[in-house]
Amino acid sequence: MAAHAKPNHDYHLVNPSPWPIVGSASAFVMALGAILWFHEILPPWLLILGFVGVLYTMYAWWSDVIKEGKAGDHTPVVQMHHRYGMILFIASEVMFFVAWFWAYFDGFFNHDAAEQYARVASMGGSWPPTGVELFNPWHLPLFNTLILLTSGTAVTWAHHALLHKDKRGLVWGLAITIGLGALFTCVQALEYSEAGFQFSGNLYGATFFMATGFHGFHVLIGTIFLIVCLVRAMRDSFTPEHHLGFEFAAWYWHFVDVVWLFLFASVYVWGSWGVALSH
Amino acid sequence: MADTHALEAHEGHAHAEAHDHGHPTGWRRYVYSTNHKDIGVMYLVFSIFAGVVGALLSGAMRLELMEPGIQIFHGLAAMVYGVEGDAALDAGKHMYNVFTTAHALIMIFFAVMPATMGGFANYFAPLMIGAPDTAFPRINNIAFWLLPFAFTLLILSLFFEGPAGAHGFGGGWTAYPPLSTSGHPGPAMDFAILSLHIAGVSSILGSINLITTIFNMRAPGMTLHKMPLFAWAVLVTAFLLLLALPVLAGGITMLLTDRNFGTTFFAPEGGGDPILFQHLFWFFGHPEVYIMILPGFGMVSHIISTFSRKPIFGYLAMVYAMVAIGVVGFIVWAHHMYTVGMSLDVQRYFVAATMVIAVPTGVKIFSWIATMWGGSISFRTPMLWAIGFIFLFTVGGVTGVVLANAGADRALHDTYYVVAHFHYVLSLGAVFSIFAGWYYWYPKMFGIMYNEKLANAHFWITFVGVNLIFFPQHFLGLAGMPRRYIDYPDAYALWNMVSSIGYYVTFVGLLIFLYTLIEAARKKRPAGANPWGDGATTLEWTLPSPPPFHQFETLPRIDSKSDH
Repeated sequence: MAAHAKPNHDYHLVNPSPWPIVGSASAFVMALGAILWFHEILPPWLLILGFVGVLYTMYAWWSDVIKEGKAGDHTPVVQMHHRYGMILFIASEVMFFVAWFWAYFDGFFNHDAAEQYARVASMGGSWPPTGVELFNPWHLPLFNTLILLTSGTAVTWAHHALLHKDKRGLVWGLAITIGLGALFTCVQALEYSEAGFQFSGNLYGATFFMATGFHGFHVLIGTIFLIVCLVRAMRDSFTPEHHLGFEFAAWYWHFVDVVWLFLFASVYVWGSWGVALSH
Repeated sequence: MADTHALEAHEGHAHAEAHDHGHPTGWRRYVYSTNHKDIGVMYLVFSIFAGVVGALLSGAMRLELMEPGIQIFHGLAAMVYGVEGDAALDAGKHMYNVFTTAHALIMIFFAVMPATMGGFANYFAPLMIGAPDTAFPRINNIAFWLLPFAFTLLILSLFFEGPAGAHGFGGGWTAYPPLSTSGHPGPAMDFAILSLHIAGVSSILGSINLITTIFNMRAPGMTLHKMPLFAWAVLVTAFLLLLALPVLAGGITMLLTDRNFGTTFFAPEGGGDPILFQHLFWFFGHPEVYIMILPGFGMVSHIISTFSRKPIFGYLAMVYAMVAIGVVGFIVWAHHMYTVGMSLDVQRYFVAATMVIAVPTGVKIFSWIATMWGGSISFRTPMLWAIGFIFLFTVGGVTGVVLANAGADRALHDTYYVVAHFHYVLSLGAVFSIFAGWYYWYPKMFGIMYNEKLANAHFWITFVGVNLIFFPQHFLGLAGMPRRYIDYPDAYALWNMVSSIGYYVTFVGLLIFLYTLIEAARKKRPAGANPWGDGATTLEWTLPSPPPFHQFETLPRIDSKSDH
């Protein structure tokens, strides 16, 4: 302290950290393991090792962030950095989903395009393609929509409780949100098991399962994020003035919710427009 | 209010801070780095290394194309893969395509982008806006370290099976299916795909860091409209990366599942569409070309202004020209796809939208010229590279307008005319801007001066060399020579010979560049805080060379009268 004068600004000059290179190396091992497993050169243990490394990096890195926050490094301007960072991250995620919607609509809009005769022949010139039995959007998908929308209100309840120092409300709000998120995942698994089409061999299955699958994966991540918040809430880690971890979990949850609304509207409802549904 | 809060917070963990502020030393200083300048230097070193690898790959290609017939690749294949006779010939033909593919991917993702958005943006954007570091120093570090690992995956792909019985992925950096799916069933393509995934994550994380830094850490008084043009260029580029790369990630994930899990995104027999991949790829790929050139626009603006001893002409127009290029860059992608059978109306739209980009680009070119007009110009090395950049980039821009026309492109698509065009904007545009920035900021980064005579020689030899390589390729393209072939009819022999001689000239330039590094490191001529005089007005020149480990411990204040 004596030798080095305190910098005269509010920014957080982060200490050197091993996690970036550990995380990068783990990502490399994961990629290598995945390829060797895809091609049956190795069993998936290298993939799993890399994945565990990535998970451990996340745990250790974000533990450091939480410690720094508690130590007071997260001044108002640094908190603003984190908000920018999270919004930009979500923006990039939105663009990732754009690719999957693009693939879906490429099939949807071109199902009878004369110049694309090979695919049209394969799809029977219709959307949904012949042989694809759709879900009735007003059964499980609507139920799941309501589950997610309700969970969005529950997390807002938790947020208000946090702002009013109502720990009971915060914990209950989060627990209900997590419960609804888990219920969504279960219903989605049930739906998948009843699908009237395959994942492989047809475009409808590919776009449906990859788009809703990546959404479901994001629901899982959001649920884990909320569980971390629940644990921290029970340990009184949040204050009404400073609870970025909670806010970001809520933002992420709303983002996942909005992606679902687009999936519901375009894949489930619009995609089944005018189609006779069996169940 | 905010200040007292921060002070109290810092008192609370003064003990923890006491040993933290001792600067890290040894390997930990770099490997665990959270310092934007150290990370910037690591990016630059990595970029030089990858750039040399990429240049050697293109050297093999120019050796091969020097004369009609197969020259070296059957021998190269025999050496690397241990095959002989006809098998060596076949392996050599594929290996040539693997080299073109690897050359492109390495130069784009591991040489140009790490130099501009990694090295210079990291080192100088915070200095120019008066910030002590970037907003997320640890994310900055992982954005760097992901790159060597992604590069390793790409290099590994060269040694795994691609098509049955051959090594590496030879389908071009665009990786169009079905060549990248059923055409390359081996693991090589998966290595290339995951290499791009990891490089993409690196760029997205780096962009988030840079955008946050530029929006949130500008010195008091530095409004966006007073921010130096390089910082603006980095800001716009970071947005392009953030919004374009995830779409590529989606597209190549579809490749991965088509290859390994039986989906049919790009297989018409399962209802898929190979053209879909081209759309997803170019929705990323077109912004990507602006990602490579926009930081160069920023650097060149400062260099032209510094060595003309005049503020940049039309600052605000320069800013909004970059923003316009960034925005319009997202809605012109299908001009890479005129030959895929899009409707004429769609082609007309993409022609018109593409031509629009010439307007903001023209604003920039003419503003650089207007900045030099009436200035007191000193032709130091960075200025030579910057003027070279303007000249060569304009040539590439003009051929770009030619290619923007669907009618003309129908004839020129996939010929050497296209190769000449994009090398004029990239290896003669972006790379010249990188060397301009390198010589401009070299004294600042390392505290020593390069040798002006050697650096001048580097410029002139490179300038002559690259023009010899690429200008004749316009003639080859107009005469119909297609790209990505190992051999060609005798009619194309003359200009291919000239082009290959140009490569050797350029290679001498590269050797001189490497020698300037050694010479400067040995002679250690102190550079001083500002070797460029009154023309250099941005904040980095107010600091010693090299800047202290943590600069701006007291933030600089930008008064309301000062200009950019």
